[in-house]
Amino acid sequence: MSDTPAPGPAVPQDPVPDTRAPGPPRFPRAWRADAPVVAAVALGGALGASARYAAVLLRPAAADAFPWTVFWVNVAGCAVIGAFTVLVTEGARTPHPLLRPFFGTGVLGGFTTFSAYALDIHRLHESGEPLLALLYLAGTLAAALAAVLLGAASARLALRGRRSR
Amino acid sequence: MNWLLVIAGALVGAPLRYLTDRAVRLRLRPGSVLPWGTFTVNVAGSLALGLLTGAAVAGPAGERLDLLLGTGLCGALTTYSTFSWETLRLAEDGSPLLAACNVLGTLLAGLAAMYAGVALGGALQG
Repeated sequence: MSDTPAPGPAVPQDPVPDTRAPGPPRFPRAWRADAPVVAAVALGGALGASARYAAVLLRPAAADAFPWTVFWVNVAGCAVIGAFTVLVTEGARTPHPLLRPFFGTGVLGGFTTFSAYALDIHRLHESGEPLLALLYLAGTLAAALAAVLLGAASARLALRGRRSR
Repeated sequence: MNWLLVIAGALVGAPLRYLTDRAVRLRLRPGSVLPWGTFTVNVAGSLALGLLTGAAVAGPAGERLDLLLGTGLCGALTTYSTFSWETLRLAEDGSPLLAACNVLGTLLAGLAAMYAGVALGGALQG
């Protein structure tokens, strides 16, 4: 290896100004700007996941039985996200900008789970309970969608009641 | 100790879901309404939990991995609440067909990822 510098054009002292249209924010800059949001999501997620772990510790399910604990965790989380999101997006007051990332994305997102749902369907199927697996698959879906709809509808009713008073 | 493992996993999983969702949204065409971000994390989290389960690491190390990566990371990375909320939004916005596509697509891809993950994890374990 020689130490002679590679020949090439001289580097201009003043760089040409960047006239490109600003694109979507790149990750490093977005990271810094969004650090409080990411932290709120992380903190909320840790709280939500701990609550789910507590529920599973309190009421563990057998491998070949209907996973009632995760079922109710998911259904409850769906009811609350329906009500909460309507209250913060359709209510009269503008909520704190970190409230939705913390509670909606963090706590409720960390509390509810799709991966454990899919694993329990697989486990029931593999342990010779295909009918129970199918019942759990469809039952969680139906109850979760009904819960999010009911949560949203009752929050809208509450908002309307408050406005008409 | 067990609680710390779940918390540590969730501290990574939940922001990973948020950042993945945002990264996916930035790459979608402006007219796209399907919630591909949530779809992505739910399928990826199911695949990862399947791999972990299929590999079935034995003993106390396996239990710790289950709590850190399974209950904590995959549990917080995936979500049923946002999936339900986004499905409701699609239906309310007058696209019941897209809402049904979101449900069927998420279930089919998520379960396929779970079954593939368990099989692959088992094969890797030997």
